[in-house]
Amino acid sequence: METFVTIILILDAMLRNATPLIFAAMAGMFSERSGIVNIALEGKILISAFAGAATAFVTGSPWMGLLAGILATIVFAQLHAFATVTHNGDHVVSGLAINILAAGLTAALGNYWFGQGGNTPNLVNRAEELNARFQPITLPLADWANQNIPYLGYIYFELISGHYVLVYLAFAAVPLCWFILFRTRFGLRLRAVGENPQAVDTAGISVTKIRYAALLMCGILVGFSGVYLAVALTAQFSPNMSAGKGYMALAALIFGKWRPRPTLIACLLFGFLQAIADRSQGAEVFGMAVPVQLVEALPYILTVVLLGGFIGRAVAPKAIGKPYVKERE
Amino acid sequence: MKPLFKAIAAASITLTAGYVAAFQPAVVYDTAGKFDKSFNEAVFRNGVEPFNADKGVVVREFEPQNEEQRTQSLRRLAQQGASPIVAVGFNFSSSVEQVAAQFPNTQFAIIDSVVDLPNVQSIIFAEHEGSFLVGALAAMATESNVISFVGGMDIPLIRKFACGYEQGAKYVNSDVRYIQNMTGSTPSAFNDPARGSELANSQITQGSDVIFAAAGGTGIGVYQAAADAGVYAIGVDSNQNYLQPGTMLSSMVKRVGVAAYQTWEESLNGEWEGGIKVLDLAAGGVDWALDEFNEDLVSAEMQSRMAEIRQAIIDGEIQVHDYSSNNSCDY
Repeated sequence: METFVTIILILDAMLRNATPLIFAAMAGMFSERSGIVNIALEGKILISAFAGAATAFVTGSPWMGLLAGILATIVFAQLHAFATVTHNGDHVVSGLAINILAAGLTAALGNYWFGQGGNTPNLVNRAEELNARFQPITLPLADWANQNIPYLGYIYFELISGHYVLVYLAFAAVPLCWFILFRTRFGLRLRAVGENPQAVDTAGISVTKIRYAALLMCGILVGFSGVYLAVALTAQFSPNMSAGKGYMALAALIFGKWRPRPTLIACLLFGFLQAIADRSQGAEVFGMAVPVQLVEALPYILTVVLLGGFIGRAVAPKAIGKPYVKERE
Repeated sequence: MKPLFKAIAAASITLTAGYVAAFQPAVVYDTAGKFDKSFNEAVFRNGVEPFNADKGVVVREFEPQNEEQRTQSLRRLAQQGASPIVAVGFNFSSSVEQVAAQFPNTQFAIIDSVVDLPNVQSIIFAEHEGSFLVGALAAMATESNVISFVGGMDIPLIRKFACGYEQGAKYVNSDVRYIQNMTGSTPSAFNDPARGSELANSQITQGSDVIFAAAGGTGIGVYQAAADAGVYAIGVDSNQNYLQPGTMLSSMVKRVGVAAYQTWEESLNGEWEGGIKVLDLAAGGVDWALDEFNEDLVSAEMQSRMAEIRQAIIDGEIQVHDYSSNNSCDY
C-alpha cells in the first residue's frame, strides 16, 4: 500500500509540474508550426505571471488575474509578430529581446507599484481577508470514494480530484489544440504557412494574417502558464519565477516532434522526472547516495539522448525561422 | 593642448583623492535582490536603513542583475572611492578576492565567506547553532514525528543549516524522522518559489509537519505550501514570522544587517580591522525568533526548554557539529 501511495503521489506531483509546460508547449506549437521560432516563451510566461498576480491582488479575483495575464501575453506575442512578421526580424534575436524585456519590465514595474523589489504582495492575506488565488477543486464524491473504494478510490481522490482548475484546462487544451491544428481550415493553413509560405501566398491567403493569428493563439495559451505559476501554484509573483520553464516547454515541443500528443507525453515525462527528483534526494541506489545534480540534469540528459538515438529525427516545420518576403519582380 | 590636458589630469587626480577621503559606505546585494524577504532584505532593513538614519550617511547600494556584474560593481564602487564595501553573500568570494587585491586601500567586507586578504573583513555566522535551536523547536512541535528541510543551492553553507537543524531535532527526540531536499545546484535555486512549494508538498505527503526552509526566495513557496496544508514552517535569515501568521513556527534569524552596520560603524570610528569575524549564538549573530506572530504557537514550556538549550550551547555544554568543518554531517 505504501508503494502504491508513493507512486500515486509522484504522479500527482507530475500533473502539477507538467501543467505550465503543457500550456507553454502548446503555445509554442502554434507559433512554431506557423514558422516562427519561439524562444520567447520564457519571457511570455514571466509577463503573464506578473500581470496575473498583480491584477489578482488589486481586484481580489484570480479570474481577473487570468484575464489580465492572457491579455498581457497577447500584447507581447503581437509585439513578437510585429518584429518577426511585419519587419522580417530575426526570430531568435527578437525572442531573446522579449525575454530580456520581460525579466526587466516585470521586476521594475513590480518594484514601482508594490515597493517589494519586484515581488507582488501575497495573494492570500488572512488579516485583510484577501484570497485572490485559485483554489483546488474537489471533484464530487472524492472523499467518499477514498474511504469506500480501495485503490481506485484513492486514485480518484488524490490523482484526479483536488487540482487547480488550470490543471484540468491544460489537459483539455491538448485535444483542443490538436483539433484546431489538424482538423480545421485555419489549422491547415497555419501548418502550410510553416512549411511552404509561398504556396499559401499563391493560393491567395495572407501569410502575415495567419502568422499574426498563430501568435495570438500562442499568447492566449502561454498566458495560462504564467498565471498558473503565480496565482495557483504559488500565491505571488517574484522576479524570474519562470525559472527556465519556457525553455523546458520548447524542449518538450521538439521532443514531441511538434505534435500535440507526443508533446503532451514529453511534458508529462519532464514533470515526472521533476517529481522523482524532488523525492529521490538522499535516496540510495546500490549503496550510493544519488547526487542531486544528476537527478536534476536528467530531463536535459534524457532529451539529448532520446532525441539523439531513440525517437528518430525531429523534423522541424520547413519554413521555421525564415521571414517570408514576397517576390517583387 | 598638452599643458591643458595635464592640468585636467592633475585636477581630476586631486578630485579623486578628495573623493576617497570622504566616508562612503557601500553595499552590493546578491542577485536574489534587495527585497528577497530574507537574506538580502535583512542587510537592507537592519543595516542600511538604520545606518542611514543614525549616522546621516547614505549607504550606496547596488543590485547586480547577473553574474558578470558582481566584479564590475565592486570595482566601480572601489574606483569611486567607496569604503567599506560590503558584499552580501558567498557568491562574491572570487570577485572580492580579485577586486580587494587591486584596491589594497579600500576596505571590503564579505558575508558568509572567507577571503584571506588584509583589507577584507570576512563575516561568518554560526548557522549551525541557530539551526540547532529551530531544529529543537521543530522536534518539540511536531505531532507526526517527521520534520523536514528545504535547502536552496546545494552548497556546504546550506548543508551547515541542514546539519544543525537535524542535530537539534535529534537532540530533543532521537526518534524523529528527518527529510531533506535541496532545490538545485545553481544560484537560481534561491529564487524558485514554485519548486519550493512542490518540494514542500512532497515532504508534507511524506508526513512532515514542520518544514525549515533555508532557501532565500524559494522559501516563500515553501511557507505558502505549508500554510495551505496547515503544517508549520520555519523561516530563515530575516524574521519571517509575519509572512504566514499562524503557521510560521519561528525563524532562524541571522543578523546580517547588524553585521553590516557594525562594519560601517567600525570604519567610521576608525576601528575597522580585516580578518575573520565569527558571529555565533553567544555574540548574538544567530538566534530563533519569537514575536507576536508566533507566540501562540510556542507554549511557555517550549519557551523555557528553548532557553535552556540556548544557554547550554552558549556555555559550550552542547557542542553543535559544524558541517563546513569537515564537509560531512557525522555528529
